[in-house]
Amino acid sequence: MPPRHYLNNGYGVKSWLLTRDHKRIALLYLASVTFFFFLGGAMAVLIRLELATPAGDFVTDETYNKLFTMHGVMMVFFFLIPAIPAVLGNFLVPLMIGAKDLAFPKLNLASWYIYVIGASFTTYSLVTGGLDTGWTFYTPFSTVASNSNVISAALGIFITGFSSILTGLNFIVTTHRMRAPGMTWFRMPLFMWSMYATSLIMVLGTPVIAITIILVASERLFHFGFFDPTLGGDPVLFQHLFWFYSHPAVYIMILPAMGVISELVAAFCRKQVFGYKFVAFASIGIAVLGFLVWGHHMFVAGISVYAALIFSILSFLVAVPSAVKVFNWTATMYKGSVSWQTPMLYAIGFIGLFTIGGLTGLFLAAVGLDVHVTDTYFIVAHFHYIMVGGTIMGYLGGLHYWWPKISGRLYNEYLAKIAAAIIFFGFNLTFFPQFILGYLGMPRRYHAYPPEFQVLNVLSSAGASILGVGYLLPMIYLTYSLRYGKIAGSNPWNAVGLEWNTTSPPPTENFAETPVVTWEAYDYSAPRA
Amino acid sequence: MWSGTPLFPEQASTMAGRVDALYFFLLAISVFFSLLIAGLIVFYAIRYRRRDPMSVGEVIHEAMALEITWTVIPFIISMVIFVWGASVYVAISRPPDDTLNIYVVGKQWMWKFQHLDGQREINELHVPVGRPVKLIMTSEDVIHDVFVPAFRVKADVIPGRYTNLWFQPTKPGRYRLFCAEYCGTRHSGMTGEVIVMEPSEFQAWLSGGALEGSLASAGAKLFNDLACNTCHRPDAKGRGPVLDGLFGNTVKLQNGEIMTVDEAYVRESILNPSAKVTAGFQPIMPTFQGLVTEEQLLELIEYVKSLKALPPAQASQTR
Repeated sequence: MPPRHYLNNGYGVKSWLLTRDHKRIALLYLASVTFFFFLGGAMAVLIRLELATPAGDFVTDETYNKLFTMHGVMMVFFFLIPAIPAVLGNFLVPLMIGAKDLAFPKLNLASWYIYVIGASFTTYSLVTGGLDTGWTFYTPFSTVASNSNVISAALGIFITGFSSILTGLNFIVTTHRMRAPGMTWFRMPLFMWSMYATSLIMVLGTPVIAITIILVASERLFHFGFFDPTLGGDPVLFQHLFWFYSHPAVYIMILPAMGVISELVAAFCRKQVFGYKFVAFASIGIAVLGFLVWGHHMFVAGISVYAALIFSILSFLVAVPSAVKVFNWTATMYKGSVSWQTPMLYAIGFIGLFTIGGLTGLFLAAVGLDVHVTDTYFIVAHFHYIMVGGTIMGYLGGLHYWWPKISGRLYNEYLAKIAAAIIFFGFNLTFFPQFILGYLGMPRRYHAYPPEFQVLNVLSSAGASILGVGYLLPMIYLTYSLRYGKIAGSNPWNAVGLEWNTTSPPPTENFAETPVVTWEAYDYSAPRA
Repeated sequence: MWSGTPLFPEQASTMAGRVDALYFFLLAISVFFSLLIAGLIVFYAIRYRRRDPMSVGEVIHEAMALEITWTVIPFIISMVIFVWGASVYVAISRPPDDTLNIYVVGKQWMWKFQHLDGQREINELHVPVGRPVKLIMTSEDVIHDVFVPAFRVKADVIPGRYTNLWFQPTKPGRYRLFCAEYCGTRHSGMTGEVIVMEPSEFQAWLSGGALEGSLASAGAKLFNDLACNTCHRPDAKGRGPVLDGLFGNTVKLQNGEIMTVDEAYVRESILNPSAKVTAGFQPIMPTFQGLVTEEQLLELIEYVKSLKALPPAQASQTR
């Protein structure tokens, strides 16, 4: 280990809670999002236990509704959205472009505090009675009918949104202003492009959910008639506002994972990502088109036929850049030096699962078919293939790849491979049966269901228990490696990229001297170890 | 346990085959591309497996032709699926003219069905086989959704408006009906059955228990009880517009706008009369918000529909 690095530059609570070092803030986020991941995961366990039998016999309907609501809220707002940007992005953005820190280090720390305060509000509403609106807060149910803690939960999401906005702003400014000499836009790693695209969505989209939450709260508290038809409001208006943010938010979750996969494929094939510019522009294309497809969540919600057709065709257009990415990653492996180390296993898993998630998205964009499968388990399976099969695979792959950089130590490769295999198998067993359930017509958010759906539900619950074990393993061996892992050295993978040109863990100021970049991204023709 | 486990839903409407055809087309495309990608990845991972720990990948320059190919092919496939999906959707959205109309009111957590002949049902819907059925739906409280998997149709049921759902059953039987939009505590209990019967059986069922007379006659009684008839008179001498023959036609509003008189317009004119006043009349009608239930509104609408200056055989049709 280097004698001086960011982890030993100060000890004690204060040195962490008042740090302005992007790497330490990344670790603060790592601890927080891991907490919410396991909290949300624990709720998923209870949900799958309930669904093992057709009757609603394990928890009451009221509890079940609160469980899936809080599972969604925790996972979406406090894990999936911040996971890659706030943990890996925070750690890597300055390192990858040769900067000392983000453009606004204090703002960065403030983002974490805002996140913690927001998450605490929502956790408070969970402890004091819960929330039963679904993570989608559909009106007029959320404003008129629900007796649960809508206001405090929504307020938490409102507050957390500012953390997202500030992180996005920080990344945008950093990318524009802090690149090392010679680090042109097209020499940046593709992770940077996807972080940039993600940041644009965070800054432009998040204010809309904030406004929507204010409208919901003021209707609930003061009976202003925005959404409740008895007050003269329009319940469907809420869905437009909600999805105007929440569909782009899907891309906040998946684009960063795509960026991670580009890095992994390049590093573990020791090769430049095929079609670099196409992959880079695909990220921007997805970010822009992602703002124009929100209506595909509302094909059966009484929107006009013409609106539905427009949203359908736009949704198909988003599929194209996603497909381009998959083809380019696959082509990168051609004549590469393909390693089978753990991060590459996650990358391969990601490409496979994202392909299935993306292709089943076509079923939903095809508006005549969407009518049958929307609001069923088909949707549940589809978005878990994207969010869990995509985002979490990418997140775990990235965490393993950069773990030696973050901690300075190597994890147990053998255990890590086993965990990756368990996660892949458990994931598919959990969610594949749900596609079949959905086409059969099992509606989502059902506490009890007809008996003919039981076998597939039992398979899904069995898969979930395997998946749970898979997720616990990295938690154990990564923590173990912090103390007992082998010393990694500055570049254990022999990868290129500025983050590997400094010690592991890096010093607080990242680089001994500012690097000057004279090579293209992923240039393995002249290795610089 | 496996024997009772279906892997594919029953087809029981004219739409089911069309939706399933698109489904199988997409399934074929998905299987093809999944296998292609998975096959290539596994093949490359083995073929180009790293043998020398220091080896690097071969430098391969971008191939414009390849990039364009795999941009254009997904685009074309997408557009084919789009057109196919759109044509199915248009068919789902556009009911034929000669539908059997049934009103639906959703509330936490039950379904209420009203046949025009006066039959009322809860959580069960009897319909004849072979005839297109149109549900005209609204909700008393939050958003619900009528979903009949065997028919491959679904539509939200929204408070404050009327949405439609149509289907033509193709075989007699009992089919599950679900609420597919989360609506609160007992959402998963808001289920029912559609019972498809032979037309003769259906007629027998329909005449079996209609005690209160037709929906329109209930509406007529309500129309008198609420004293609507003091202003809305058939002879153009009342303080309100003549309603006979109005439904399905257009009216000119005070602001010059032309409106088609449909269920939504009649509903709004009862609950919020000053919103869209017919040209030549004063906004003097009081609101009936809170005085009439959703079901009574439907009776009034059906009464207004029945005031058509048309032969009675067509009187039950809409628009």
